Amino acid sequence: MEQMIGESELHTTARQIRRDIITMLLEAGSGHPGGSLSAVEILTYLYFREMKVDPADPQWPGRDRFILSKGHAGPALFSVLAERGFFPREELLTFRKIDSRLQGHPDMRKTPGVEMSTGSLGQGFSVANGIALAGKLDKKDYRVFLMLGDGEIEEGQVWEASMAAAHYKLDNLTAFLDHNGLQIDGPVTEVMSPEPVADKFKAFGWEVVKIDGHSFPEIRQAIDHAKKTQGKPTMIIAETVKGRGVSFMENEAGWHGAAPNREQAEKALAELV
Amino acid sequence: MEKIATREAYGKALVKLGAQNPQVVVLDADLSKSTKTNNFQKVYPERFFNMGIAEQNMIGTAAGFAIAGKIPFASTFAVFATGRAFEQIRNSIAYSRLNVKIAATHAGLTVGEDGASHQAILDISLMRSLPDMTVLVPCDGVEAEQAVFAAAAMDGPVYIRLGRSAVPILHAGGDRFAIGKGEELRQGADVSLLACGIMVAEALKAAEELEAEGVSARVLNIASIKPLDVETIVKAARETGAIVTAEEHSIIGGLGSAVAEVLAEHCPVPMERVGIKDVFGESGKPQELLDKYGLTAKDIKAAAYRVIKKK
Repeated sequence: MEQMIGESELHTTARQIRRDIITMLLEAGSGHPGGSLSAVEILTYLYFREMKVDPADPQWPGRDRFILSKGHAGPALFSVLAERGFFPREELLTFRKIDSRLQGHPDMRKTPGVEMSTGSLGQGFSVANGIALAGKLDKKDYRVFLMLGDGEIEEGQVWEASMAAAHYKLDNLTAFLDHNGLQIDGPVTEVMSPEPVADKFKAFGWEVVKIDGHSFPEIRQAIDHAKKTQGKPTMIIAETVKGRGVSFMENEAGWHGAAPNREQAEKALAELV
Repeated sequence: MEKIATREAYGKALVKLGAQNPQVVVLDADLSKSTKTNNFQKVYPERFFNMGIAEQNMIGTAAGFAIAGKIPFASTFAVFATGRAFEQIRNSIAYSRLNVKIAATHAGLTVGEDGASHQAILDISLMRSLPDMTVLVPCDGVEAEQAVFAAAAMDGPVYIRLGRSAVPILHAGGDRFAIGKGEELRQGADVSLLACGIMVAEALKAAEELEAEGVSARVLNIASIKPLDVETIVKAARETGAIVTAEEHSIIGGLGSAVAEVLAEHCPVPMERVGIKDVFGESGKPQELLDKYGLTAKDIKAAAYRVIKKK
């Protein structure tokens, strides 16, 4: 059930997932490459190293749960789920097409392994809280992982949920903030600055860890720290690069929600080898 | 006639349901004394979650409980539950078809003195428009309890609309209530009065007065706004040839609209809608508001005469 692979294999897997993201976006003709590429290492680590999940039984009650609250990074999640065996990889090419199980934003009723339908920002956070609260109530040992975008935390619901997670001492909840610094209209600090994010979550009662979100050892250490932390939830502020791995997409807000054309995709794939 | 507010019945029903079903959890947004979820809290404190004044997070948290196999009941005032948290209900509950029960109290004008900011007059309209949402508007304490149990017994999102003020008990106990079924409370041949919530008692009163004046009025209690009992409504239209709807809600989007949609497609007959006429309410005593905004037996009776004339 648990799939353990070494760090070099994690890098290989992450590269394959980046290739899949580019390929599926090219095929779809639309989608969100920037915030998908920034989340790849975290998702890869969670699904290939950390989380107890069973691709043959996605609803297995004992599973760890992952909620992609920044649902526009669906291509990253879909690629990871396919790579992990939840559904055939060829299906990635149906992304965003009519009758597909892979919707523009994740749909729990359509895609095996998708825990919650997301896309409207801020909402996945509260849902993760509910699952974590239920786990506490039932004395289950599953853990809940959550990923937020740094633009997403401009939503008021995020702070309602932050308050509640600390109030209810949800130490079975570990959140990642994909801190890539960019949102659709530009740098988050220019559009509506959520900084200083670490101080804010600390003030809301969270354990806060800062890492390089593309470093597998740092991701591992941060998760281990979260698992040892008792009485409060942990926010892992992952410094990431939007568009990571594709030189011309890196740190470019314009690649938040634009698909590559064939030439651009070929260039990107040539870099991802 | 014995009276009880449907919110009071809700609080008591939750305690009974909690005893029967350990999966039931209750969430509130700092209004537990008013919504009466504090009844549940007293008996099952470990299954009660006060989410503070944060309705959006409460609705999302309820969705998470449902994913984890719980049967969450989330309560606050109807205006906040359906308005403040509408998009959370849409995306985190309805779109995901999660097993969350939203039991909202203080619906309609009978909130009274708190005024228009707190009077939910659009909630049926908002909830009815959501795919996969079941919408229930019980008319008395007995039906409110039955609606709570019926909601818990089905898998999927349900909105239950409850009131602040005490209303007459029109039903004996028993397991009569069924989601998707209308209830004929009185037979009649000249006109049909279709009502929900507190307006059911008014419709019965109107029918009695009409009978004294020689008009035979059928009364249907439409507690299940969605799914709607199309068959019973079309039968009433065919057999009586005139329809009056009555609801403590805007005439736009609620029971009146739902019935008009059915009649237009299946059996067009003259129709009148008694309800709030596309305006906001104001502060006042509940009965004063019902009188001023035209939500009484007298208004239903007048509408009945108007509609009969159009036959």
